[in-house]
Amino acid sequence: MKFLSLLLSGFRRKKTRTILTLLSILVAFVLFGYLAAVKQAFDMGVSVAGADRLLTRHRISLIRPLPESYEPRIERIKGVSNAVHSTWFGGVYQKPTNFFPQIAVPPEDFMDVYPEYLLDDEEKTAWLETRTGAIAGRALADRYGWKIGDRIPLEATIWQKKDGGQTWEFDLVGIYEGAEKGTDTGQFFFRYDYLDEARMMGAGQVGWYTLRIDDPENAARVAAEIDEEFANSPYETKTEPEGAFLQGFANQMGNISIMLKAILSAVFFTILLVTGNTMAQAVRERTQEIAVLKALGFTHTGVLFLVLFEAMLIVCTGGFAGLALAWFLTTYGDPTKGALPVFFIPLADLAVGVLIVLLMGLAAGILPAIQAQRLRIADALRR
Amino acid sequence: MESQQVLVYIKAVDKIFRRGSEEIHVLGGLDLEIPEGEFLALMGPSGSGKSTLLNIIGGLDRPSEGRVDIGGERIDQMSERRLAGWRARHVGLVFQFYNLMPTLSAERNVELPLLLTHLSRSERRKHVDIALDVVGLSHRKAYFPKTLSGGEQQRVGIARAIVTDPTLLLCDEPTGDLDAKSSDEILDLLQALNREHGKTIIMVTHDSHAAKCASRTLFLNKGRLSAEQVA
Repeated sequence: MKFLSLLLSGFRRKKTRTILTLLSILVAFVLFGYLAAVKQAFDMGVSVAGADRLLTRHRISLIRPLPESYEPRIERIKGVSNAVHSTWFGGVYQKPTNFFPQIAVPPEDFMDVYPEYLLDDEEKTAWLETRTGAIAGRALADRYGWKIGDRIPLEATIWQKKDGGQTWEFDLVGIYEGAEKGTDTGQFFFRYDYLDEARMMGAGQVGWYTLRIDDPENAARVAAEIDEEFANSPYETKTEPEGAFLQGFANQMGNISIMLKAILSAVFFTILLVTGNTMAQAVRERTQEIAVLKALGFTHTGVLFLVLFEAMLIVCTGGFAGLALAWFLTTYGDPTKGALPVFFIPLADLAVGVLIVLLMGLAAGILPAIQAQRLRIADALRR
Repeated sequence: MESQQVLVYIKAVDKIFRRGSEEIHVLGGLDLEIPEGEFLALMGPSGSGKSTLLNIIGGLDRPSEGRVDIGGERIDQMSERRLAGWRARHVGLVFQFYNLMPTLSAERNVELPLLLTHLSRSERRKHVDIALDVVGLSHRKAYFPKTLSGGEQQRVGIARAIVTDPTLLLCDEPTGDLDAKSSDEILDLLQALNREHGKTIIMVTHDSHAAKCASRTLFLNKGRLSAEQVA
């Protein structure tokens, strides 16, 4: 602590340089925090996917339908405790940019298979009793200012109505909350029977099945048995863990994780060079001062730690401020105004950020510190 | 050690610098004794080895051969770590160009050697105030070096050198960068430290006027003692 004023005095030497270095580190870590939140949004389904849930889809592509009649056959397979089908609606709310997932499901089975979507009993009952009833996640409802009782019109892009109409109207009967912070509350679910009875084509067809299994240990066997059950049929299936399915879905945009890591690696490498160069320059400028400190009695090791702590101090100040700022900014929500299902920095990523700050401080300071440690007093004073 | 009064005992000291394959003999077979409480001036032409000798006495450099005892401790064989601790306790250094930390105020500069002690913050402040009082700069303690005159900066340098109450004060051309008036003030201060506070002072100088303040002057030439003058 008593050396703090000596450490801080180094920052005052070239104020502009110190501020610019601090800002570059700060911006890098704000970017880190933001990208971690974006990655979380893409990984969200994967990270909260139930280990005891499998997903069955058409073997060729997710967009090819499966028969509704598969459900009892899937539920008969040993190890499957419940199955629910889902069908993508793909409608437009007010304008095409207002994107959010809209999925037709049978409510009772759906609530059973997805316990992480929390709906109170009154809302559950209302959904079961209202054929045009729909539920929205809290984030989605907040995004559009919806409240229970609102009528939500969606313009169909896939499912035309039997009467030739494109507009489907839903009554909002419930707003679900997420059981975990990462639970997606940006979706819209409505009753499958409403869709199936009113659509012009595709009756009796569903998008995919989600099934709960008794024991996650049996996932591979159950998946293989389901796919075997429907082998050589016009609707062959591919069954996989829900996490793998969602990861594959996210990867349709490219491997987000690798892209983000590549961006961050480039940013941090540049910052490391900038900070390392700043520290090396600072030590070169202070050759005589370091020699004087040693002449006064500071040991070589003491000087090594002084320079190292100075580098750590500058990187930690900028880095921690950057992480804090990123944390603060993400609490204001998704910058895309709702296109991302969740937007927050997971604690694990924050811990990784702290670790990177410390390692970067160490990496930026170690060479200049060794340079200062090796400085010979008499030689340096003679310069 | 021959006598209790001898503070600095140097025997057969050689110092050789190597520049590539070339060997430069800066000091050769030097013998020297400096009693405690003496004010000694070292004079000689450039390259005669004055500053090298001062560095060796201060433990800033090591001899190539020979032995160096200060206050009964053989410093030429000490480890770097031990030598640093010894310097902090026993040596005060005054430089020609003051060598103050430009980003620290006068009082923080003076406090620097005390950071290596176990003194509390208030005790350190007390020592700093005393040292600044001795050099007559109490009123300028919050000033940064660039706002002080050359003479004032050298006084801060002297305050930093005496703040740990060292046995030995080593001054490398302390008036070399000062005008005549400031130079006289610094020499008066050094004399006062020697007479009133009992400090043993070794001062390297080119200035014969400065050397007159010393009780003894040694002349070096080509790394050897060539003459001695006692005031």
